Amino acid sequence: MPEAEVIPLHGPSRRGVTSTAPAGAGGADNNGRVRPPARPSIVEHPPARVKSDSWLPDLSELLGFFRRRLTGEYEVDEFGFDAELTETVIYPPLRIIADKWFRVETSGLDNLPASGGALVVANHSGTLPWDAVMTCLAVHDGHPAERHLRMLAADLVFQLPGLGSLARKSGQTLACHPDAERLLASGELVGVWPEGFKGIGKPFADRYKLQRFGRGGFVSAALRSGVPIVPCSIVGAEEIYPKLADIKPLARLLGMPYFPVTPFFPWFGPLGAIPLPTKWHIEFSEPIDTTEFGEQAAEDPMLVFNLTDQVRERIQHTLYRGLARRRSVFRG
Amino acid sequence: MASNVVLVTGVGGHLGGRLVARLANNPNIERVIGVDTVAPTMRLLERMGRAEFVRADIRNPLIAKVISNADVDTVVHASCTAHPAGPGRRTAIKEMNVIGTMQLLAACQRAPKVRKLVVKSTAAVYGASSRAPAVFTEDSKLVPSSSSGYSKDAVEVEGYVRGFSRRRPDVDVTVVRLTNLIGPSVDTVLTRYFSLPITPSVFGSDARMQFLHADDALTVLEQATLTKNPGVFNVGGDGVLTLSQAIRRARRFEVPVPRSVMPVAGRVFSGAPLVDFSTDQLQLLNFGRVVDTTRLKQDFGYTPKYSTREAFDDYVNGRALRPVVGTSWLSGLERRLGSGAPAT
Repeated sequence: MPEAEVIPLHGPSRRGVTSTAPAGAGGADNNGRVRPPARPSIVEHPPARVKSDSWLPDLSELLGFFRRRLTGEYEVDEFGFDAELTETVIYPPLRIIADKWFRVETSGLDNLPASGGALVVANHSGTLPWDAVMTCLAVHDGHPAERHLRMLAADLVFQLPGLGSLARKSGQTLACHPDAERLLASGELVGVWPEGFKGIGKPFADRYKLQRFGRGGFVSAALRSGVPIVPCSIVGAEEIYPKLADIKPLARLLGMPYFPVTPFFPWFGPLGAIPLPTKWHIEFSEPIDTTEFGEQAAEDPMLVFNLTDQVRERIQHTLYRGLARRRSVFRG
Repeated sequence: MASNVVLVTGVGGHLGGRLVARLANNPNIERVIGVDTVAPTMRLLERMGRAEFVRADIRNPLIAKVISNADVDTVVHASCTAHPAGPGRRTAIKEMNVIGTMQLLAACQRAPKVRKLVVKSTAAVYGASSRAPAVFTEDSKLVPSSSSGYSKDAVEVEGYVRGFSRRRPDVDVTVVRLTNLIGPSVDTVLTRYFSLPITPSVFGSDARMQFLHADDALTVLEQATLTKNPGVFNVGGDGVLTLSQAIRRARRFEVPVPRSVMPVAGRVFSGAPLVDFSTDQLQLLNFGRVVDTTRLKQDFGYTPKYSTREAFDDYVNGRALRPVVGTSWLSGLERRLGSGAPAT
């Protein structure tokens, strides 16, 4: 059993990591976009995916899309994932938010396999799951194979009318062992936020302090499927809604896990639900191989606990490092 | 181990009747006996050929006499009403399903000649809810969607069948859990539902549906009768259609209504109480249900000929459902713009 490794807080600095940077950093990349000379190792959020001169979709393409939607000529997988709808309707508005509002930067995408299953484990925060949505988009847009991150969501999501079907259509499914293992076995990238409601609903004072990682179910799923675990740390999401207090009776009345009080919500009504425009950085760390432990490893609770701690530790350290590097919450 | 004398319950039903007709045409089978409380239709009687029909109630101990007198060695229990069409009398159906199964199994246990039991069950045993896994395997927990619906019956029936196989380990028991049957001649709540010109759906939900073509269901039952394949098998077409997608493929007009209004909406839109939504059905239309059929393909050795989509299209074409929502203008417009849209 490997010990949880110690990651130096002030590891290789941002400017130091130049291995993946093009030689002519600071010049123009192959899209003709001028790259800023600073932070060469970081992939700017929408990478090279400019398809045509016009950003308006082709009219006949649009008509074809409408015809397919109206006649039901599209494919939905057994989890309800509708790739066409996700890429055509759901992602474009989210892309604007990712680019213009949160200015999401992604690094370490090469730690995600080009094909085959992997389990992405990330920190959860922000009262509303913007972090999950943005990570999903970052993986799809930044990964060379344009992979879809299939996220595991709480059952509350599937109880809510509208949200449940939207979640299924965008590739999410219930966070349970059978679903996770089925997705991993079919070679999908699966995203999990093991802190759950404890993480997403944590008060502002506890930002970037990882909560308990559930019961380590995600580790045993990865062990059983023999897929690598990719720790992912998201810096920036924990400040989008500074949750100062929690009105528990109201939450119980509405059947919600918490009722947040932020400087803007509920005082400004729906306007208070606009997230603060913090600067985000999503970092995928080196994958943790699970095949070395063998198939029976999932039956060893101690190993599962240790591995859970190891993943948690790694995310926590990457978070601290990201925070130490960050100069401003809003400007990055 | 060839089956010689086969007894089929529920021959008045769609699947049971056709199964008897098929088995009667099989020269390897010595005798085929069909049992039901209602006589099959004339058309079916003609197709049944040499098969015998015994009008008997499986809730009555008399069924034991039929089994022992005819030296039955294979019993196919296809009478459980899983997807009743129209407003069935709930108590009567429950009696028939649960008490009937108990009597039949009791009779089988006493008959030493019985070597094989095939039970037609339903995928509804898994239930449907927001907390259920997306895809059910045969080992998934059985959680009936309601405390009094047909899914509850099916779970109880399967419980009795498990008890029977424990007490008679020498009998090969095959349980097939069928997903929603569909096909041109199938009459269930769902097939009536999709033929409504204005189709109500639960607001804010888009259930994943899996269909099984009646022909495939029949072949599975026949193969289970003729070959030795003990175990529990999910049976369903490959692939998934969402409810809205299915409604669009049937060229119906979808009207999302709040869940509580669904039963009333079904009545209003059909003009008569033809579509009766039970709690089970509502759960299905709200959350959907998909089963894993790996075991059917690998262990049982049968791959359904129709995928979910093909089965549904066959139903739409076979029923000659007239499109309510026309879409030909769209592909026409698309063709005029010069992109290769297929003619519809």
